[in-house]
Amino acid sequence: MNSLRRLGQYVLDSVEGLGRASLFFLEVASGARKLIRRFDLVVQQVFAVGVLTLLIILVSGLFVGMVLGLQGYNTLSKFGAADSLGLLVALSLVRELGPVVTALLFAGRAGSALTAEIGLMKATEQLAGMEMMAVNPVERVIAPRLVAGIISMPLLAALFSAIGVLGGQLVGVGLLGVDSGAFWSQMQSGVSFHEDVLNGVIKSVVFGVVVTWIAVFQGYESVPTSEGVSRATNRTVVYSSLAVLALDFVMTALMFK
Amino acid sequence: MSTTQTDPGASGALVEIRNVHFSRGERTILNDLSMTIARGKVTAIMGGSGCGKTTLLNLIGGRLRPSSGQVLVDGISVPELGTRDLFELRKRMGMLFQNGALLTDLDVFENVAFPIREHKRLPEPILRHVVLMKLETVGLRGARELMPAELSGGMARRVALARTISLEPMLVMYDEPFTGLDPISKGVIAKLIRELNTGLGITSVLVSHDVADTCAISDYAYLMGQGHIIGQGTPQEIRQSEAEEVRQFMDGLPDGPVPYRYPAPDYLKDLLQEGPA
Ligand SMILES: Nc1ncnc2c1ncn2[C@@H]1O[C@H](COP(=O)(O)OP(=O)(O)OP(=O)(O)O)[C@@H](O)[C@H]1O
Ligand SMILES: [Mg+2]
Repeated sequence: MNSLRRLGQYVLDSVEGLGRASLFFLEVASGARKLIRRFDLVVQQVFAVGVLTLLIILVSGLFVGMVLGLQGYNTLSKFGAADSLGLLVALSLVRELGPVVTALLFAGRAGSALTAEIGLMKATEQLAGMEMMAVNPVERVIAPRLVAGIISMPLLAALFSAIGVLGGQLVGVGLLGVDSGAFWSQMQSGVSFHEDVLNGVIKSVVFGVVVTWIAVFQGYESVPTSEGVSRATNRTVVYSSLAVLALDFVMTALMFK
Repeated sequence: MSTTQTDPGASGALVEIRNVHFSRGERTILNDLSMTIARGKVTAIMGGSGCGKTTLLNLIGGRLRPSSGQVLVDGISVPELGTRDLFELRKRMGMLFQNGALLTDLDVFENVAFPIREHKRLPEPILRHVVLMKLETVGLRGARELMPAELSGGMARRVALARTISLEPMLVMYDEPFTGLDPISKGVIAKLIRELNTGLGITSVLVSHDVADTCAISDYAYLMGQGHIIGQGTPQEIRQSEAEEVRQFMDGLPDGPVPYRYPAPDYLKDLLQEGPA
């Protein structure tokens, strides 16, 4: 009975949290409209996100591409289809691994940093101070970060996929002797812009919204103590990773039939 | 502004608080509290920790709403304001937070420039003039390139003060401006509060539990007990008050109307009780 009650309470709390997060999102979105005049704030945040994530995205992209090249070659060559390696690498990256792995890395690196930054600003009364200076922290602090996350994610995912393809080529063509012309031409003819590239971009935009939204919300709602901020940071990484993986399944099911 | 403007000059009061109640959940924090803050004066609000002083400032600044009662600033009823009007009003008042609340990713210059950049379109050279002037007022023109993390507590509070006056407010609220400072820095802050008051005509509300420093620079003082006023008057009047609650606070007596002990069962019985309680 008691555990049933606890379950009920948990469900109620979750629903309430979702409701608050949704209201918060609407508030931030309406604050974001005013950013057209202050686009410098967004650019600043895109830069900050880029500094945090660029290196890790490039290195991971390279390795993921190389692994794809290796595994793909081993399987494809059994069927004498090693020439399709380029297509396999590109499709895997553009459709799935690019958006998903980028979003996971983004959550761990930029998302957690966002939560910690906002949480600390709250704990040190910087947000309250802004309010008293007649500056709305949701417009000035939160909205630019959300917009920057949404802009950066597809760019980072594109970089990830591009460097991944290079990694696959490095291993496939450079080491394993796949024909270079076949590698690129199969890729060119097999990857469709609408089906594959556009859907990949849509995925990473969605991930950008969700991950950054979770990160700023957790920061803004965090208990303003050092323990509260560290818990919030933790929650950002866990929730956004789960959300990315679950949403990826749903979107894949809807997009690729 | 949409709200009615009664004639504030007549009463000479910039802030009026009438019969305010405020509670958090079950707990009553402010109970039927009334006070008047005179225009152009330094008004002190003293009282023990947790008696609701910061809460009171947040009510004046519109960050909290009273459960009942009126809060009027310059004749405007603060709790009734919508966000936009509230922000308009806040441009005319400043609040100095206990720890300064400086923006940690901006240097001293940019911190002071922040409210100006947000609210006014000033050409860069003029902005520089204004900021340097404010920094000169607090004696920190030379520290303009330091980051907040590189400042001492006293310096941080002075930078915050420069930032608070950068929009030339009519009212500045100081929350515990003296705590954690050495006597010299305390003196500097006290002198600044007084100078800003007389020099710029800023009405000042000074919240503190530091009796000596506060009395020295204030024109009028309120003494708060748990959520209500227990004494008021000029600093002299308060010093000479006979009321027991006032005496206990002013003389720093450990026991009196505010009990030293947290309520507990009888001491002897407690000691004689066997085993862990
Ligand atoms: N966010 C909050 N949630 C719940 N209770 C609070 C909150 N902030 C303050 N309180 C309670 O309200 C009461 C008054 O707090 P307030 O901060 O106004 O006291 P204060 O007079 O400023 O004390 P101090 O001199 O220590 O700063 C305290 O008893 C405190 O426990
Ligand atoms: Mg306080």
